[in-house]
Amino acid sequence: MKNENLYNYILGIADNNLILGQRLGELCGHGPTLETDIACTNISLDLLGQVRSFYQYAAKIAGDGRKEDDIAMLRKERDYLNVLLVEQPNTDFGYTIARQFLFDVYHFLMLTELEKSQDLTLSAIATKSLKEVSYHKRFSSDWIKRLGDGTSESHDRIQMAINDLWTYTDELFHQTEADKVMVAEGIGVDVTKLKDDYYNQVGNILEEATLEIPERKYFQKGGKQGIHTEHLGYLLAELQYMQRAYPNMEW
Amino acid sequence: MVTQEQHIDENLIPILEQVSDPEIPVLSIMDMGVVRSAVIENNLVKIEITPTYSGCPAMDVIGDDIKKALKDAGYESEIDLILHPAWTTDWITPKGREALEKYGIAAPLEAEADKDVLLHGKKLVKCPQCGSKNTKMVSQFGSTACKAQFQCEDCQEPFDYFKCLK
Repeated sequence: MKNENLYNYILGIADNNLILGQRLGELCGHGPTLETDIACTNISLDLLGQVRSFYQYAAKIAGDGRKEDDIAMLRKERDYLNVLLVEQPNTDFGYTIARQFLFDVYHFLMLTELEKSQDLTLSAIATKSLKEVSYHKRFSSDWIKRLGDGTSESHDRIQMAINDLWTYTDELFHQTEADKVMVAEGIGVDVTKLKDDYYNQVGNILEEATLEIPERKYFQKGGKQGIHTEHLGYLLAELQYMQRAYPNMEW
Repeated sequence: MVTQEQHIDENLIPILEQVSDPEIPVLSIMDMGVVRSAVIENNLVKIEITPTYSGCPAMDVIGDDIKKALKDAGYESEIDLILHPAWTTDWITPKGREALEKYGIAAPLEAEADKDVLLHGKKLVKCPQCGSKNTKMVSQFGSTACKAQFQCEDCQEPFDYFKCLK
């Protein structure tokens, strides 16, 4: 492949969309209320729409005849480069919202920078996605406040979810080899620079929600290198079932 | 801005006006502003369309419908999906906004007003059924990616609000 770094860089962004989109899609028909069910699946649809643009571009860069569907459906677990945060299970609505919130704040910051990329395709996808992600961030931030500042039960449960998922936040700001090359070329986003802003924004909303900011020092990592938690395999088994059972099927 | 301009061959406008959004059948794709360019080269029509939302499932259908409409008019066509410049609700024409309201979907407000409505619950969205502004948001996300759910406090009818996207 001529530009393997760019290819891996795109997947590093796009796989987060795919896996989180799939997780949210699991709630279709199972959301706690009709409105939140529809909201989660709408967000899923946005993320999957965005990932199509990314994978179409990655397929073009790969230039070996693979299409967007092959990239989405036919890789093995170790080939997915998403962060560990997005593959965590839905557990309860608190976890679903905490995961969404912790990702949305990052997603918004990252896309704001990606909009300035020298790569015009990536910049166009970022501009388009940002409009949608600002709605996602608004939705998840609102729910953090409602649950945190709600009943003692909702407060405790969202606090527990935030505490548990906090360990996956630091990985968002780790640079991969592909990242470093792409940053040097003016194409990629230097995620290390987003960290302070991220924890400030997250902290402010947690405070407003009367929640405590976890003081964890130990963080999990590995997703960006394809080393995942035990949850991803099951997710992929479901995601890839149709393509594995009926190779080359199309809608 | 030059990039925001549409280049559409006048001969094609009546044909493209026949094609509508499958999810909002009263709104033609011309009134929605998703057609960014349409030119005739020999007998081939080259069209660029842009999605309203990235995951909008209507785009594939719209592409097929455009092809069919042009074929009926005697043209072959090529359709490209472009992302830049990104679609905004500003591109919905006044005629399109009117069609939305008549169909029972409240048309998008300006960006700031939209934020006030979706975040602070200000009563600015007009009920497309009875015209009252005494309405409340039920959910920021509605029946399709582009809409939010509202309810009128006067006539009690639920309705969709087309969210502002800039």
